Amino acid sequence: MNCETTKSQCCCGEETDQQKYDKIAEIIDQYKNREGSLIQVLHVAQTVYGYLPMELLKFIAKRMDIPLSEVSGVSTFYPVFSMQPRGKHTIKVCMGTACYVRGGKKLVDRLENLLGIQVGETSEDRKYNLEVVRCLGACGLAPAMMIDETIYKQVKPDKLNSILAKY
Amino acid sequence: MINLSINNKLVSVPEGSTILEAAKHNKIDIPNLCNLDGVHKFGSCRLCVVEVEGDKNLQASCMVQVRDGMVVHTNTDKVRKVRKNLFELMLSNHPQDCLKCQRSLSCELQNMGKRLGVTEARYTGQTSGGIVDISPAISRDMVKCILCRRCITACNDIQKVGILNAQNSGFKTVVGTALDLPINTVNCTFCGQCVAVCPVGALKETDAIQNVWGAISDKCKRVVVQVDPAVRAAIGEEFGYEPGTQVTAQLIAALREVGFDVVFDTNFAADLTVIEASSEFLTRMKYSLGGMETPLPMMSSCSPAWIKYVEHTYPEKLGHLSTCKSPHTMLGALAKSYYAEILKVEPKNMAVVSIMPCTAKKFEISRPEMTNNGLANVDAVLTTREIARMMQEAGVDLRKVGKSQFDQPFELSSGAAELFGLSGGVMEATLRTVHEMVTGRELAIDKLHAAPLEECDQVKDVELRFDDPLEAYQYMAGITIKVAVASGLRGAGFLMDQITKQESPYSFIEVMGCPGGCISGGGQPRPATSETLQKRLQAIYLEDEVKPFRKAHQNEGVTKLYKEFLKEPNGRRAQDLLHTQYTKRGKFNEYLCD
Ligand code: SF4
Ligand code: SF4
Ligand code: FES
Ligand code: FES
Repeated sequence: MNCETTKSQCCCGEETDQQKYDKIAEIIDQYKNREGSLIQVLHVAQTVYGYLPMELLKFIAKRMDIPLSEVSGVSTFYPVFSMQPRGKHTIKVCMGTACYVRGGKKLVDRLENLLGIQVGETSEDRKYNLEVVRCLGACGLAPAMMIDETIYKQVKPDKLNSILAKY
Repeated sequence: MINLSINNKLVSVPEGSTILEAAKHNKIDIPNLCNLDGVHKFGSCRLCVVEVEGDKNLQASCMVQVRDGMVVHTNTDKVRKVRKNLFELMLSNHPQDCLKCQRSLSCELQNMGKRLGVTEARYTGQTSGGIVDISPAISRDMVKCILCRRCITACNDIQKVGILNAQNSGFKTVVGTALDLPINTVNCTFCGQCVAVCPVGALKETDAIQNVWGAISDKCKRVVVQVDPAVRAAIGEEFGYEPGTQVTAQLIAALREVGFDVVFDTNFAADLTVIEASSEFLTRMKYSLGGMETPLPMMSSCSPAWIKYVEHTYPEKLGHLSTCKSPHTMLGALAKSYYAEILKVEPKNMAVVSIMPCTAKKFEISRPEMTNNGLANVDAVLTTREIARMMQEAGVDLRKVGKSQFDQPFELSSGAAELFGLSGGVMEATLRTVHEMVTGRELAIDKLHAAPLEECDQVKDVELRFDDPLEAYQYMAGITIKVAVASGLRGAGFLMDQITKQESPYSFIEVMGCPGGCISGGGQPRPATSETLQKRLQAIYLEDEVKPFRKAHQNEGVTKLYKEFLKEPNGRRAQDLLHTQYTKRGKFNEYLCD
């Protein structure tokens, strides 16, 4: 396997790819022959590596001795798994009925514009993921959005710039 | 036994049966689509619903087990309505282009619509998925997939290869390869077992018909065709014959009418393979008994799906594979050398077409190893289904043509060669010859009944002892060899793992990539129920028994070929034309990259 080419641009203090793979290998050997262990291994792998690139899926398939199609089947079945590199922060814009009616869509449009990406993608600087969600439970103060764990209510498109500036 | 009532009829069936099975045993036919008897049940189509008294919801009869006192109705107003509705929903996500679909008239979905009396499609919807993936052997047109998941069972549980699995979730669910990689770039063996079970036009062989018509209409080309034994045992089914009907003579006549110039018997080359493999095996035994490092067990090499499987899964073990090409490539190589010389035709003005029960052979002929003097040994492989389609297109009806015979010089074959179509056949054919070579005495044929292993249902084995060998084979004196037969890649994997752990007790292993051997190949008529397969098997055994000679080395045509052309088994010319080598691939094709 050519892990070389996928080496991350490591900043000081961060683990190298090799260290991450070693960690994942350890977990695999621990979980290997247990029922349903693939999901757990994928979870750990995503936590360690940040996302699940093809080379990593192959590594897992080989080490667990299960078909790659099964590994990819499970990773594409559960939305928590991502095969793309993820940004540092996740923006979730509410598209529930209340928010939609009160301008949720405009927020999405503006964010797409500001970040230069579409919903479901990650900005080029790997800072943000952009997602939409159904209802954040803040319907009274629509439109709402959430960045990581913080909820922003009654957001106006023009305020987005200053919100993002906090991150 | 469990007692229940189905459609007011009291029936008694073994515990653990499903409602569907119970009904079937009692000649009550419940429509079912995703289910495949004895092979696959998943419960995705729900067309098999029935009413069970006391249950609020309709039940999928293929999934629900019978209970004592159960009262089942399979044909009520409600049931009929729901089935039709379910079917129409399926159609809303299915391209309705039956008029130009290859599966038309043999499509299980289409038949189901007719059976359920569906005359309208009230729902229109978006079709999901839709990748088209064409490899040298298998083509996938996933917009037609109905997610029955039969192919997943075939590839994962029966073959244990695991190329196809459900990907994504919800409406986006598709059956496919890891991350949608083209099937030609993953470790697919091209065995075609997925194709064999697909009920619709989603999985099929990659078409060679156009190329073959092209060769036939080319005035400068002499088009040679050869036919595999398992094709003959099955092609009748495409023309309404009972499974297992022998139609070899009619098929030869039909091939001439389709426009082929020469018709050869692949069995001739099967006999040749036996001779070549037997001497290769004895050479390996000699070296090994003499203390030299030699890969044993030797493994048969006639099944290209098996070959590709080893190249991907056990790339370090390629040395165990016999170097013999498969019979049809041997015949192709000889057609373009020996036969071309006799005819005084330039080999480049010949085209060799093989009619095979197999999808993997389509890939095999594209391998760079399968060439001599820059020419492919075989130019095209047609499956049993494809040649039937060509015959239909040409207006040639197998039931109406006369009879004909194979052409010289590749017309003769032994009973042993017929057995190449069956699991265990290559081993039996080879041992008949090896034993006689070594001892000069005939091997009592009933000695070779291999017994199934407890540990793996796809594997059988048997022992054979060599006493009083001839002068030249003294090294075999008193030696007992153990041989194994695997049919299906799961069984093959079992034997390979033994080799990897250096625990293999065997000297010779025969593997056929498809469970049961070529009679259930990926290119055979669909659907093939277990009864159909049984009848194909019987047809082949019968052919073996009625042959005037039953051992490969009795084939006079082969003897003549050695005398006039090849000189000796495993000799220089034979090595050049009839033997090959293999490619390390790896599970992710990692060995191919550099
Ligand atoms: S051809 Fe054989 S190995 Fe390839 S996907 Fe189909 S069943 Fe699996
Ligand atoms: S490809 Fe064919 S066999 Fe596989 S799930 Fe789809 S319809 Fe069923
Ligand atoms: S609809 Fe947006 S918070 Fe409920
Ligand atoms: S046949 Fe029972 S659910 Fe498909």
